[in-house]
Amino acid sequence: MSATHPLIRMEHVGKNFGLFKALHDFNLEVTKGERIVVCGPSGSGKSTMIRCINRLEKHDEGRIFIGDIELTEKLEDLNAVRREVGMVFQSFNLFPHMTILKNLMLAQKLVRKTPKDEAREVAMHYLNRVKIPEQADKYPIQLSGGQQQRVAIARALCMKPEVMLFDEPTSALDPEMINEVLEVMTGLAKDGMTMICVTHEMGFARSVADRVIFMDAGEIIEEATPEIFFGAPRNERTKLFLSQILTH
Amino acid sequence: MSFDVSLIFSALPKMLMGIGLTFQLLVLSGVLGLALAIVLMLMRVSGKWYLDWLAQAYIYVFRGTPILVQIFIVYYGFPQLEFIREGILWPIFRDPFGCAIVALTLNTGAYVSEILRGGVLGVDHGILEAGEALGLNRRQRFTYLTTPIAARLALPAYGNDVISLLKSTALASTITLADMTGIARSIVAQTYAPYEIFISLAIVYMIITFFIQKLMARIERWLGRYTVRTGQT
Repeated sequence: MSATHPLIRMEHVGKNFGLFKALHDFNLEVTKGERIVVCGPSGSGKSTMIRCINRLEKHDEGRIFIGDIELTEKLEDLNAVRREVGMVFQSFNLFPHMTILKNLMLAQKLVRKTPKDEAREVAMHYLNRVKIPEQADKYPIQLSGGQQQRVAIARALCMKPEVMLFDEPTSALDPEMINEVLEVMTGLAKDGMTMICVTHEMGFARSVADRVIFMDAGEIIEEATPEIFFGAPRNERTKLFLSQILTH
Repeated sequence: MSFDVSLIFSALPKMLMGIGLTFQLLVLSGVLGLALAIVLMLMRVSGKWYLDWLAQAYIYVFRGTPILVQIFIVYYGFPQLEFIREGILWPIFRDPFGCAIVALTLNTGAYVSEILRGGVLGVDHGILEAGEALGLNRRQRFTYLTTPIAARLALPAYGNDVISLLKSTALASTITLADMTGIARSIVAQTYAPYEIFISLAIVYMIITFFIQKLMARIERWLGRYTVRTGQT
């Protein structure tokens, strides 16, 4: 993928669930290495937006490009995109019937066609990186939520993606486990990974994000650097939202 | 009424000579029925309306009619049809054992396919989405994610159906087969001692059921090994 044009380009994207407009004329460009935090009230379309990027949701209007590839019905293009886009879910979604190691090896073997030994090496490398190599032979249920989410991040990284999508990665975690996950994400950001994070961890947004995007009703309401976003938000809805989540 | 215990001891060994046939009926129609059930289930979840519709019609017919009637139709009805008498499957339909296997297979296949479908529908959607996001195609997701998880979810209900099938094999005695029930019936016809014979027959079925339950519990533990929170594997 060339560096001259944006890694992700969403043009006038619309997505409807029945009569409900989840996304409306949505435009976004993300360049390589950029870290973007997306926030907004429940039902504002944040998750839908991020899920459109690897086509877990099909957009109804507009166009989405990942690198040079446009997301269409074409299966080979879709597979190419999914190889380049890693995703982390709110509810971890580890494969419950496989050990941690096998969770990390499965897609490498099936999708990347990596030989078994190499897949294991890659898996252990990323397990080390998220600091839980000793859990390799356990099943997901035997791990804490924070550990499971770190495994999920490692699993996505094993595919060597160009960009990582995080869909509220800490929302399902007990408070004491949030930091261990954010630490891993911060480490990723420092290494130059392109990231789009839907999150309400404002401390993380402040320290990591290049841009903060505030969404409401399927549209971008405000888009700014963290300094401006938190220091001097322009839009009334942004101010209201920030006052609601930052007072407690 | 007198209850002659010695009769039980003389009848039991004779009835147990039919246990082999009972097992043949159980295992053969169990395995074939499972294969049929997998095909029907795949048709049901294929997303193709005509395959789904066909499978639904099949399931409706075989769940909607008594297994005894199905056995009679296969055994008494099919040989009336010329194309069956002249077809390559005639050796199967000429033989009461073949007819019993066919009827039991067709029947259990209908029930088990719905059990399997329940398992498939029970797989957490998020897990499949994670597979999708990692680039696994539909077939890979089905093979590596849906199948193993659905198998565990479906197993308790499936065990139920295996036990039910064991008891259905007794109906094969109505088409001249000398399985345990068939032998018991002929002993009763000779001795006029229905209580002793049928009660001991019932106990034999219960003992077999006990072992099927144990086997199923063991498979369940093995398939569900990842659901145990404590301890290393």
